[in-house]
Amino acid sequence: MKTWRIGALLWLISILAWSAPGEITVAAASDLTFALTEIAHRFEQKTGNHVKLAFGSSGNFFAQIQNGASFDVFFSADVEYPRKLTVGGLAAAPTLWVYGTGRIVLWAPAGSSLDLKKMGMRALLDPSVQEIAIANPAHAPYGRAAVAALQSSRLYEQVRDKLVLGENISQAAQFVESGNAQLGILALSLALAPTLKDKGTYWEIPTDSYPPIEQAAVIPTAAPNQALARAFLDYVRTPEAQAILRQYGFQPPPGKR
Amino acid sequence: MSWQALALSVKLAAVVSAVLCMIGLPIAYWIAYSRWRWKFLVESVVALPLVLPPTVLGFYLLVAMGPRSPLGRLWLRAFGHTLSFTFEGLVVASLIYSLPFTVQPFAAAFRSVDQQLVQASATLGVSRLRTFVRVIVPLSYAGIITGLVLSFAHTLGEFGVVLMVGGNIPGVTRTVSIDIYDQVQSLNYVAANQTALLLLAVSFLTLSVVYAVNRKVWAL
Repeated sequence: MKTWRIGALLWLISILAWSAPGEITVAAASDLTFALTEIAHRFEQKTGNHVKLAFGSSGNFFAQIQNGASFDVFFSADVEYPRKLTVGGLAAAPTLWVYGTGRIVLWAPAGSSLDLKKMGMRALLDPSVQEIAIANPAHAPYGRAAVAALQSSRLYEQVRDKLVLGENISQAAQFVESGNAQLGILALSLALAPTLKDKGTYWEIPTDSYPPIEQAAVIPTAAPNQALARAFLDYVRTPEAQAILRQYGFQPPPGKR
Repeated sequence: MSWQALALSVKLAAVVSAVLCMIGLPIAYWIAYSRWRWKFLVESVVALPLVLPPTVLGFYLLVAMGPRSPLGRLWLRAFGHTLSFTFEGLVVASLIYSLPFTVQPFAAAFRSVDQQLVQASATLGVSRLRTFVRVIVPLSYAGIITGLVLSFAHTLGEFGVVLMVGGNIPGVTRTVSIDIYDQVQSLNYVAANQTALLLLAVSFLTLSVVYAVNRKVWAL
């Protein structure tokens, strides 16, 4: 009997010791995979708290939060989803913060004969290009930007039959990286990511050809650890974290350059 | 509701179950009656899609169909186009994905055929093929219908593999499950609900047919 009690006590202590430092769960759009992993790592080292990261499609996270998922912070790939959460009372409006602006690039896998730097958007019309991978414009902000860029350069009608849609921007990248599509319109953050950096070439699409891809973060009302969530967002605002975001191709939030 | 996506899914499921019927019959016959020592290896390969996550299958298929794999290069040279992002590509992917749903009910049915009838047929000098067509198949009709309906229903509801190799092209690779997913992602819950409900009804109906046939509700 006694050993049982001691065992239970030890078990309790170990659980308490394990959870003593704070822990938050962060849901983030997949274009943030590399930037936010690095930022969270630095935050953990600085504060001793633990950050659990979940990357995926903003729309999925939105639906999950709506249905009671307990994320502490939500980094969306757009402003719409966080705004909708605040309107529905599922996130605190004052915590909504535009953390950066994404950019899009034309991306060709290594070994492609296309000279993107020279051809620019005209590369899309090259006869060797049969498939062009973009994210699904129906729900992915990067997909919408890609379509807007195609429209403003008057190429959309000519290439629309060649478009293949990735579920999110990472899948669009997968389609080109594997060679199944010959060109892709991807997030700059992915083109700069370690996994893609050496596997192809990119050309940045002029930012005036598509509406800015503003991305916002918000703290859901149901966040289990509000205080730590705020501390994490505050850290993302520091110049140190902002430098990491910039390094991965996110422009600093408008008005705060 | 997207009728185009639904029609595409039905077409895909019909093509796939027709092809699976043709390749499933000989495979199932072999699995049911072969005495080869290493047969279990083939059985395992056939059953693999049951346990593999669609992402694994989809990922391998995407790589295999790509221009960097020998298979992908061969196809590209023959047809001038990779297999990914095409209807044919979805058919190939679904054939692999739904194979166990055809072969396993077929094989189980063949195995349960009274062997004395098969032997009687053989002693009467009837060839194996004829015995198969005239004796084994008619006695296995419930299993064959089960296999066909299951592969049809399974292909109809296929999601992961299609998502990985399809590229979501309207009318070509945007199947009904992908369409529902898109609707949910775009927060069109009403449209998603309508299509989902229809798919639910169709799935329930197909499964009811399977179980009714197995219970011999209709004398055939």
